[in-house]
Amino acid sequence: MNLTLKVWRQRGPQDKGRMVTYRVEDVSPDMSFLEMLDVLNERLILEGDDPIAFDHDCREGICGMCGMVINGYAHGEQVATTTCQLHMRHFEDEAVITVEPWRAAPFPVVKDLVVDRSSFDRIIQAGGFISVPAGSAPDAHSVPVKKADADAAFDAATCIGCGACVAACPNGSASLFTAAKITHLSLLPQGQPERDSRARAMVEQMDAEGFGGCTNTGECTASCPKGIPLDTIAQMNRDYLRASK
Amino acid sequence: MAVTGAVLVLFLVGHMVGNLKAFLGADSFNEYATFLRTMGAPLLTYRVALTVVEVVLAVAIVLHMWAAITLARRAGRARPVKYAARRKSQANGYAVHTMRYGGVIVLLFVVYHLLDLTIGVVNPAGWGGTPYERLVASFAPERWWVTAFYVVGVVMVGLHLRHGLWSALQTLGLASGRSHRPLKAAAAAVSAVLVLGFLVVPVAVMIGVIK
Amino acid sequence: MGRHYTEGEPIRDTKAPAGPIEERWEKRKFGAKLVNPANKRKMHVIVVGTGLAGGSAAATLGELGYNVTSFCYQDSPRRAHSIAAQGGINAAKNYRGDGDSIYRLFYDTVKGGDFRARESNVYRLAQVSVNIIDQAVAQGVPFAREYGGLLDTRSFGGAQVSRTFYARGQTGQQLLLGAYQALERQIAAGTVKMNTRHEMLDLIVSDGRARGVIVRDMVTGEIERHLADAVVLATGGYGNVFFLSTNAKGCNTTAIWRAHRRGAMFANPCYTQIHPTCIPVSGDYQSKLTLMSESLRNDGRVWVPVKAGDTRPAAEIPEQERDYYLERIYPAFGNLVPRDIASRAAKNVCDEGRGVGPGGLGVYLDFADAISRLGRDAVEKKYGNLFEMYERITGEDPYSQPMRIYPAVHYTMGGLWVDYDLQSTIPGLFVVGEANFSDHGANRLGASALMQGLADGYFVLPTTIGDYLANGPYGEVDDEAVAEAEAAVQSKIERLLSVNGTRTADSYHRELGKLMWDYCGMERTEESLRKALERIPELREEFWRNVKVSGTADELNQALERAGRVADFFDLAELMCIDALHRTESCGGHFRAESQDADGEALRDDENFAYVAAWEYGEQGPVLHKEALEYEYVTMSQRSYK
Repeated sequence: MNLTLKVWRQRGPQDKGRMVTYRVEDVSPDMSFLEMLDVLNERLILEGDDPIAFDHDCREGICGMCGMVINGYAHGEQVATTTCQLHMRHFEDEAVITVEPWRAAPFPVVKDLVVDRSSFDRIIQAGGFISVPAGSAPDAHSVPVKKADADAAFDAATCIGCGACVAACPNGSASLFTAAKITHLSLLPQGQPERDSRARAMVEQMDAEGFGGCTNTGECTASCPKGIPLDTIAQMNRDYLRASK
Repeated sequence: MAVTGAVLVLFLVGHMVGNLKAFLGADSFNEYATFLRTMGAPLLTYRVALTVVEVVLAVAIVLHMWAAITLARRAGRARPVKYAARRKSQANGYAVHTMRYGGVIVLLFVVYHLLDLTIGVVNPAGWGGTPYERLVASFAPERWWVTAFYVVGVVMVGLHLRHGLWSALQTLGLASGRSHRPLKAAAAAVSAVLVLGFLVVPVAVMIGVIK
Repeated sequence: MGRHYTEGEPIRDTKAPAGPIEERWEKRKFGAKLVNPANKRKMHVIVVGTGLAGGSAAATLGELGYNVTSFCYQDSPRRAHSIAAQGGINAAKNYRGDGDSIYRLFYDTVKGGDFRARESNVYRLAQVSVNIIDQAVAQGVPFAREYGGLLDTRSFGGAQVSRTFYARGQTGQQLLLGAYQALERQIAAGTVKMNTRHEMLDLIVSDGRARGVIVRDMVTGEIERHLADAVVLATGGYGNVFFLSTNAKGCNTTAIWRAHRRGAMFANPCYTQIHPTCIPVSGDYQSKLTLMSESLRNDGRVWVPVKAGDTRPAAEIPEQERDYYLERIYPAFGNLVPRDIASRAAKNVCDEGRGVGPGGLGVYLDFADAISRLGRDAVEKKYGNLFEMYERITGEDPYSQPMRIYPAVHYTMGGLWVDYDLQSTIPGLFVVGEANFSDHGANRLGASALMQGLADGYFVLPTTIGDYLANGPYGEVDDEAVAEAEAAVQSKIERLLSVNGTRTADSYHRELGKLMWDYCGMERTEESLRKALERIPELREEFWRNVKVSGTADELNQALERAGRVADFFDLAELMCIDALHRTESCGGHFRAESQDADGEALRDDENFAYVAAWEYGEQGPVLHKEALEYEYVTMSQRSYK
């Protein structure tokens, strides 16, 4: 198949940036989206051009490093899929595909499609943990956990921190990311001692980073490659209100 | 948003119940209007309690709008560069489209509604008539377009509530895993009841059931 | 052609205490000097890599009060490839009461490693395994649980006990996030300074000791020098030397290879693990291989057409023209033979021209029988998520046509040589996780990688590094050593940019990978290895003459990053082949076709090869140092699956 790509090119954080059009031919439908970009990049290198910079690592949908907005959709239109697992067979021959970076003020563009997501790390730093020095833990069976709670905690904990929720949210909110971690830890007995301070600190950090507010539109969950449920946001709000009392 | 919204929803419920008195005849309806003004008597003098309610509602509306504008501005700051590609919503887009723009339409509707039935300046029966007279005059069959406008306005209110009610529960942390679906359904049901409850009176006037 | 190496003095681990094996770690901990808490803040430790080993090490050292600087090449420490581990983590908890014990885990691991691992290290690993589970649970890792609220376990990798703890198919992710969160907590506390998007390009050795690293800021291109009292490498394995592997795209050998060039010995580089159930390559553009859980072999039947070159679709091949070769050759174990046997058998039928799918590199894994026997629903319940993943990648529906699978490089048991303290042959340089060679011998058992990474990072290193630091301080760092390392890095970058040839670094990497896969892959022969050793230097020479790297050094330049990594892969590939050529026995993941028994099983040569091959870098070719392996507790025996 043959494609026309319109790709956001931006040399660095200070550069204004622009859309550049590329023609890519003989694309195999079995390629992943990133492999299609690899092929284009090899050509660009040989032509002496700068290859399109994009983040990627595991290429099996779990590290959360890749992410681009494809035709307006975070990770592309296919649901529950990261960009690295999106395959070209989902596109039509002669399609025109627009590729842009995550757009959010707390995710400044580093270069081309690469953005800086360190704001997510700072939200975790604010309290997304349970304080346990190595070697001080009691026996793992000393505190039983209801299976339903453990399963629900796991569902929230599967967040890969890719940022698609922010990219897809019309408000640019990071509520789903923050809520996923708060929910994971507050559903477990081990997370109780720090539950209030965690919720307060993480929500405040999220706001301080400049993310938008949540209006419960649900776009985050719909674009989340791991399908983190929207209830986690209710859980976050519950914990935050509880902590603010 | 959630708290001010909740105040307004409570008001709407009371308002709707009051409206339905129109089916019990002019006296019942006018009596109810008088009761609103004499609430709390003899402890409170004429219209004091009602004024308090009106002030609370006005404050709630202003705060609700202020919160909405703040959220919209925050959203704007959080995404200074917009996407070049347009997308369809993946979460059916309902909330995005009906809350902000819908909210503005609802506001315009409320302004007209007050001018019409409360203050009476755009009402054929005018300021001098009884509330019941104003009601019947406003939705007279030959003024079908007023009824049509009310239908649009009330349906917008309903759509606004359908997301707003559930969203408020979510924001206040009252929704949870298992209750997610039932709460969404309940929000839709309450919205539908309010829309029907509000529309049945003007429609009844228009088709002559209430005269 | 003669030997490619010379032999030096034997090497020996001097740190493991003597005495009963179960007391050694306790003895070592007590014997280790302690650093005065007030002095810890003044002690600076660099940790490179933030996977299970590096992340847990940096967090623990920070918690202990050391001044830690951590580096990773990704945009966040949470991305390290430990995150992709699916299966689980072993621990000798014996929560099932099914006869498990520390001794049994120790025994299984030594035997699984085909008697090429150090007893003391493996015993300690089994001891510490129980603490890991406690630690992870306390951190909030959501392991699978039973209805009674206690932890669930499953059996894995042929073990006869149920000792594998898991979090659905994402155990690595959950454990890594636990370590990541502990690390972020220390970053917030100010004890760890995190540098993301930084790649280590050289080690600073001053006065014979590791004293810092040269890194490149991958965003600005700036070359930075960071000094410390000790350096910890936790930079993972080198499976990407094969270009295609289940590793992440960014995984590379540069950090450990540069340390090797500075004097750290590299042990057993030829020990690589091939996983039999991966999704096959679909074309030349393929960038990585995806693992499918081995559990699929419980119900799937492996087959290829009887006739070579049979290109009919699977459905059109009648039953009598199918060869269920695993069931035919290994009637007792059938489709459930161990990883290395299944992998080699698949390679053999493909070599005969009977492979299926694009390029003939694949075999069928067929669920038709399972579906007709158990019903589609039951199969879906068991394997639904795997089938979905397969369909996402291949576009084929495994319910209606058989899956295609092929073996792929998965893990490297070799790595920098370390003693019982996890210290390399350069004093002050510690190596943890997959980057070292220590615990798996010639073959790693399933669910043991996560265990080793966390054992090293949470429990072993924080104790042993204290002993080294307490014996300091080690004086000022020699300016000249720093300047020399920095200049070496600069000049390599300039050289890569100045070649301006006609082929990309990726195209060389792909060719090198193919060569390694063909000649030093699942099955190695003297002939194939000699061919590789002829071809690698030629290809490397061409690379340095003809590679094309666009862009400049002082910006985010992914073409430059890749070229630098490929350059080091060439050198490592050569050492791997030399190691594979010198080890004329077969053992674990190293299969020499010349050394097999009548049934085609790996045949060890304990008399001549019961040693760790530790390679020292030499301008005139590598120098081999042998560390003899002695077995006091486990009796060496031959594996059999008939």
